[in-house]
Amino acid sequence: MTSLPIDQNLTSELLAEARRKGATAAEVLALEGDAAEVQVRLSAVDKLSKAQEKRLGLRVYFGQRSAGASTSDLSPASLDELVETTCALAQAVVEDPYAGLPDPAVLAKEWPDLDLYDSQRVPMDRMIELATRAEKAALAVDSRLTNSEGAEFSTYGGRTVFANSHGFFGEYQSSSFSCAVAPIAVQDGLMQRDYWYAVGRKVNRLDSPEAVGQEAGRRTIRRLGARKIATCRVPVVFEPEIAGSFLGNLCSAVNGYTLYKGASYLVGRLGERIAPDWVTVYDDGRMPGGLGSKPFDGEGLPTRKNVVVERGVLKSYLLDTYAARKLGFASTGNASRSVGEPSSVGATNFYLAPGTATPEEIIRSVTRGLYVTELIGFGINMVTGDYSRGAVGFWIENGELAYPVEEITIAGNLKEMWMGVEAIGNDLVFRGRLASPTVKIAEMTVAGE
Amino acid sequence: MAESRQFEKFYLERFGVTDRELLAAMGRVKVRDVDYADLYFEHTVNESISMEESLVKRAAKSISQGVGVRATAGEKTGYAYSDEITLRQLEQAADTARYIARSPAGAGSVPAIRVGRPGRDLYPVSVPATEVATPEKVALLERIDKVARAYDPRIKNVMASFTTEYKIVLIANAEGELVGDVQPLSRLQVTCIAEESGQRQAGSFGGGGRGEFTFFLEDNRWERYAKEAARQAVLNLKAVDAPAGPMVVVLGSGWPGILLHEAIGHGLEADFNRKKTSAFTDRLGQVVASGLCTIVDDGTLPFRRGSLNVDDEGTPTSRTVLIEKGILKGYMTDKLNARLLGIPLTGNGRRESFQCIPMPRMTNTFMLPGESTPEEIIRSVKRGLYAVYFGGGQVDITNGKFVFSASEAYLIEDGRVTTPVKGATLIGSGPEILKKVSMVGNDLKLDEGIGTCGKDGQSVPVGVGLPTIRVDEITVGGTQT
Repeated sequence: MTSLPIDQNLTSELLAEARRKGATAAEVLALEGDAAEVQVRLSAVDKLSKAQEKRLGLRVYFGQRSAGASTSDLSPASLDELVETTCALAQAVVEDPYAGLPDPAVLAKEWPDLDLYDSQRVPMDRMIELATRAEKAALAVDSRLTNSEGAEFSTYGGRTVFANSHGFFGEYQSSSFSCAVAPIAVQDGLMQRDYWYAVGRKVNRLDSPEAVGQEAGRRTIRRLGARKIATCRVPVVFEPEIAGSFLGNLCSAVNGYTLYKGASYLVGRLGERIAPDWVTVYDDGRMPGGLGSKPFDGEGLPTRKNVVVERGVLKSYLLDTYAARKLGFASTGNASRSVGEPSSVGATNFYLAPGTATPEEIIRSVTRGLYVTELIGFGINMVTGDYSRGAVGFWIENGELAYPVEEITIAGNLKEMWMGVEAIGNDLVFRGRLASPTVKIAEMTVAGE
Repeated sequence: MAESRQFEKFYLERFGVTDRELLAAMGRVKVRDVDYADLYFEHTVNESISMEESLVKRAAKSISQGVGVRATAGEKTGYAYSDEITLRQLEQAADTARYIARSPAGAGSVPAIRVGRPGRDLYPVSVPATEVATPEKVALLERIDKVARAYDPRIKNVMASFTTEYKIVLIANAEGELVGDVQPLSRLQVTCIAEESGQRQAGSFGGGGRGEFTFFLEDNRWERYAKEAARQAVLNLKAVDAPAGPMVVVLGSGWPGILLHEAIGHGLEADFNRKKTSAFTDRLGQVVASGLCTIVDDGTLPFRRGSLNVDDEGTPTSRTVLIEKGILKGYMTDKLNARLLGIPLTGNGRRESFQCIPMPRMTNTFMLPGESTPEEIIRSVKRGLYAVYFGGGQVDITNGKFVFSASEAYLIEDGRVTTPVKGATLIGSGPEILKKVSMVGNDLKLDEGIGTCGKDGQSVPVGVGLPTIRVDEITVGGTQT
């Protein structure tokens, strides 16, 4: 079986073949890339893995009927079968009046280089060395750090190709590199684990393995001796990683698909106040080097910077063409795509604009409260906003982190939590597609003893 | 013998490889210092169709195939995979995998291939669900929509999806074994949104397993799923805020078995215990639960979502006693961890796909029934929570703290089930929680077949089960103090 190269000849031929089979419109999305990962544990290599991946997906439209299919076998025979299968599937579903490609006029015509690709390949031995250094640095922080889940270093580099029957053809390269370590500390026979990581599109701009390791060690050691606390209602401060997860809940609630299904607590709230004046949230698809950046979205529309919440007022949902048509708006350039799947909505670089207080000042403003450093579980009801999750962190007493706490939950409702955002830190750092500074919430229920 | 030749031919032709190529690749990876090596070939067809707003408007099909090549040396694992199955790709993958052993290249000696075939078929199907015509599935989703909407006028939207896969795997190892399996898997899921005077609520229900499409038609299962999802959505409209703090919790039978999966299951996977990172490390033979608790992991239940004829290393699955009358009895193992720990191989070596390295994973994990009736258990509680349906759960293996989130729960007042309460997360400590089990019901039920477990980024289908049980104290994460 010979595999055909993924280029404009191939996409044009597939689109033409779909048209010959009766499709009125079609799209092709293909990805190819290679990934490598090393895991080191207690300074010995634990796992090495290397992969080459490629996948091609086709979506076809027969008027308002559509379906998609994908394959990893790019031989001519398999691709013939792909077109056949997809066309048959599309004719088995019902018409959807909102289905269809975007208007040709809104497709991206040109796009900037967003600095998403690093052509450097890190040799296996070098990856092993970097992971080993990160773990060593973590375990050196304190003598009670005696075990480890390991450290890993991983790389990915690849290409995204998208074409549609309106004549759009675009491609871009992207890469990512990450280093992570999860040490374990032991005291009085009880163990605690935490982790830290660095991730970025350029290997040379990644934090040093020593910096990653030291932070992981610091985060782990401070959890030793954690205890439960009594059930209470107190102010809650989210450290940036956790505030990012809280921001992620907002991101789900403004997703056009969640909204038109009636499955978001923010249905019908556009233009209304959902948070205090000091809350502004952006989604920026064109941030140079951003982990969520891309030159065009999953439907070929240009990406852009959207203001989602402006001074507390909900200004925009996140939409692709389909969700926009359902809700009576225009796409915000947030189409996200898995190969062969229908378009969905995804954030690009979704972040909460920083405030002016330092994290220390925010903690100092709390007499008795909780500082949260980890959340576990899935206790969020997006329809009502009801929120209840397991938490780990520190008890705040008179403006200081007094002692570590665990086996507690925090509960409230996302509507009230956002209205209750009392302070936002000045410590915004982009470490993923979602980014937030420290956030203080006026009051939540903490359940413990 | 003729039968096994035919079997071998079926699989090798499926993946377009010959005996000779298989031996050549194996010889290349099984160099001097490699303890063990295997090749995992996979071909999966996946189909999904979904309905919302009474329209079945989405359908997708995907085909993926590839091969993963693994070598282990001591505690080290080398792995490479490719979605092209050619001799050249196999050899490149073999070179990456054996890199960990740091042995010189050169033909390793590999025994001739013997065909090992699962001695049973836990999920024989004559017509795989992937082969059932799409319009039949569309029609089923349309009927679900009608039934759910007819259940109550407050049901405003119904979302239903049917997903099915048909996976063919072939595992060849350096010990000369060649094992194949055909693994069908389907799931039907319904979510309803109910609305009343500006308030909205959701309810979700579903089921599935490794049977045929007709499974969903038998006993009107599809209809029950639709009505259950609608019932939960409407019920939740009048739910009051959940309590906050420690209290007696009665868990209903079936899906609440997710407690076992999170609280003790993960902690008993052998990899964490070899690395001594689990809160259960070195506790074999110790009391970790009340004497009423006997818990097993059983991959051999016919047609169950978590069952397999052989695990993803070719080992037949088995029934493993994890806890017997409160005493910790065993861990779940894959080949690497069984060898390094010197403990029995239990057939729990699983992986999401050819893109992943196998590791110890659960199959169907459940508690054996006790002697109390569910009514006696409820009657014994003065004030508590009765939780009957759950969303997901999670555990921190190292400190043993786990959560699971109730989506249907009621207050128990003076021995009677009373008001429905809103969803809340329950939190506890794995090594402690089962010591607080004071009553075990006689009504063991396995879940409907919806579980997916995530570990290290790999998702695999699993099952859970539980009789009704009373736990004397769990912290309930509601808002009412």
